[in-house]
Amino acid sequence: MAEQLKKTDVVLIGLGAAGGIVAYVLTQAGLNVVGLEAGGRLTGRDEQLNELAESTNYNIFGRPKFNLETPTWRPNASTPTIVSTMVPGANPMMNGVGGSSIHYGTMSFRLNPWNFKMRSETIKRYGASAIPAGSTVADWPLTYEELEPYYDKTEYEIGVSGKAGNISGKLDPSGNIFEGARSREYPLPPLRKTGYTELLAESARRLGWHPFPLPSTAHSQPFKGTPACTYCSFCHNGCFINAKGSTDIHAIPAAEATRKLSVVTQARVTRIDTDNNGRVTGVVYLKDGKEFFQPASVVLLATYTYENTRLLLLSTSKAYPKGLSNNHGQVGKNFMVNSTVQASSGLFPGRKLNRASALSGQGTMVDDWADDNFDHSGLGFIGGAVFGGGMGATPIAMSGTTPPGVPNWGSAWKAWLKANANSVGDCATRSFEALPYEDYYLDLDPTKRDPLGFPVIRITYDFKDNEYRLNRFITEKISMWLKEAGATQTWTSPGTPTVRALANHAFGGARMGTDPEASVVDRWCFSHEAPNLGVIGASTFPTAGARNPTLTIQAMAWRTADHLVKNWKSIAV
Amino acid sequence: MEDFDNRDGTNPEALQADTAGRGLSRRKLLIGVGLVGIAGVAAAAESEPLKSLTAAEAATVGAIVARLIPTDENGPGAREARVDRYIDRLLSGPHNTYRGPNNPNSNLTDAYAAGLKAVDAYAQATHGGPFANLSPDKQDVILTAMQANSATGFTPNSRMFFNLIRLHAVEGMFGDPYYGGNANFAGWDLLDFPGIKLVFTEEEQKLDVTVKKAHKGTTDYAFFGDNRRGM
Repeated sequence: MAEQLKKTDVVLIGLGAAGGIVAYVLTQAGLNVVGLEAGGRLTGRDEQLNELAESTNYNIFGRPKFNLETPTWRPNASTPTIVSTMVPGANPMMNGVGGSSIHYGTMSFRLNPWNFKMRSETIKRYGASAIPAGSTVADWPLTYEELEPYYDKTEYEIGVSGKAGNISGKLDPSGNIFEGARSREYPLPPLRKTGYTELLAESARRLGWHPFPLPSTAHSQPFKGTPACTYCSFCHNGCFINAKGSTDIHAIPAAEATRKLSVVTQARVTRIDTDNNGRVTGVVYLKDGKEFFQPASVVLLATYTYENTRLLLLSTSKAYPKGLSNNHGQVGKNFMVNSTVQASSGLFPGRKLNRASALSGQGTMVDDWADDNFDHSGLGFIGGAVFGGGMGATPIAMSGTTPPGVPNWGSAWKAWLKANANSVGDCATRSFEALPYEDYYLDLDPTKRDPLGFPVIRITYDFKDNEYRLNRFITEKISMWLKEAGATQTWTSPGTPTVRALANHAFGGARMGTDPEASVVDRWCFSHEAPNLGVIGASTFPTAGARNPTLTIQAMAWRTADHLVKNWKSIAV
Repeated sequence: MEDFDNRDGTNPEALQADTAGRGLSRRKLLIGVGLVGIAGVAAAAESEPLKSLTAAEAATVGAIVARLIPTDENGPGAREARVDRYIDRLLSGPHNTYRGPNNPNSNLTDAYAAGLKAVDAYAQATHGGPFANLSPDKQDVILTAMQANSATGFTPNSRMFFNLIRLHAVEGMFGDPYYGGNANFAGWDLLDFPGIKLVFTEEEQKLDVTVKKAHKGTTDYAFFGDNRRGM
């Protein structure tokens, strides 16, 4: 029998990039919050500058929870399920206070106004037939302009280093001229320019493109009492000096300082409970082998995309026999990923690029081939990708950058590395835009279970023609750019694009929309069915957007928290 | 420096000069190994008890990785970098279950025992002797067949074992020396990788400048050196 705890205002499941922002906003407004986190706390001393311990890459020591419940994957409903294994670069979960903002690469893009209207704008310009068959791509139930104040608040809370390209409609070509109007400049100037980032910027300008510095949460200057980035290059291990905008550094400590946030670490949430009227009543979790029930007026589900869907599906009840908020059968639908990093390499013979003396947040990006910033007529795909190249090379990764035709062992390999390892430039689509389709979804795996006996998530997902055509198009642009910069040879990593269903940028499963028949949550990210349940994170996104999603996740989290504060009486009842 | 607390916002640049603590003594040890050369390494290996592999297995592992990353005109290879030691420690340490319980190689000790046995059986059948006793040319023929998945007698197949030991050879050659490989920073020097530095200057981020080698791993900094979480 679960031990009953004292009721709180809000129980927040997950204290990561999104949950940390929610905790900050709610506690500043005076609400009492219990934050349940599956992992523990890390400090700078834990964050070794060590590629083998990088949780995003090699994951040697794993993440306490996620590794035991890794989703399974099948490309479509008629192929057998593949038991996923962790591959370098695909570990999506951190499990710790601060979550994946601890180990992410610091990319901190806003979506552009077009991303919020992808379906309607595509139909308007190219006709309804331009929407790929079977795609459930939809407009967001809000506009960029509505989210802009929350982007702004988030950037100033976590600290983003960048250069504005559009302040209140005034364009500045030293920033991204394709971005939506922002209300003011970034809180911190861009990270240091480097030889390689400037080589890329100059060559992009020669091609008539519009390069801009990558917006990064590595802090270019001291920020709120923490030091500036020292460019050690190991952002993927967490920042050892806290010069990074992860939520464990400023947002969560600020929330705890109000004494309104109670953090419970190593708390493994097993279900969300519901009363007979369909309202959620609280959360059941395990800690140290003991079961607890935390009652609350409002439950906010802020884990990662896979676990958000899983907890909803596992939380069956009399009111919700098919899973919480799933009486319309929408939970798990409209899943998509955009994490396929289509990395291309270029060889600059004889040059020392010195990409290892810097971090991956130092990059030069272009938006010319993203969204609808170019004419798609006759191309056979919609959307695009922000892409660019930059710094941040680690030795194991460097040893794997050989072009096709060079063996990957023996004296010939070694000779190639000796001659070229520091002459390989990178350029990648950090996030090319893949669409949701009606036949791709998340559900509970019928056979695989975690150590507690709960089914893991099963992913049914693959790319279609739209994604492959887009990928080929972008790859050609990247190759063109690298050659303009002086590369004598360009190549892509073998087997790309690889469908990484187990993705670090995964979206959907609890889509946001106005129609309860076609979405799980409303435009504020509260459930259509359980009015005091909110879902936080990219699981609510109707489209992926061609950019790294974390900043948008955080701005959306801020907006939902703000909505809850302003409507506390009607939501909490 | 031992009291350095990042949450106080202490100037991290002071750390860069830090060579105090246990890190330095380990570094001296590694440099010592490097200076005495290959014969010295072999002697050190003899005096350093194996943690996981049997002596016969260690010989096969050493012979395989020495062909994957050979010692040649481009400098030291897996043998000098002590990739064999990395793999031996890998099998006995917390890495042993890495890549999660879903990985078919999650029990690396068993995977190695079976794979190495299959390598020697295949070497015996095709070239008349255990792998470690064959000439480099013959060893390369066997490794090529393993990678092409045409070598027989492996479970589930030879390519999987080839990929496994190649992955670990790469990790041992180019990973942090803390784990027992990359001795004397042989792997990092091959790549022109500068080593772990807590601070990189604007000058070091320019094109075509020669970045001074730090020849340090993470635990050579006392700030990390007394904290072994995850290592």
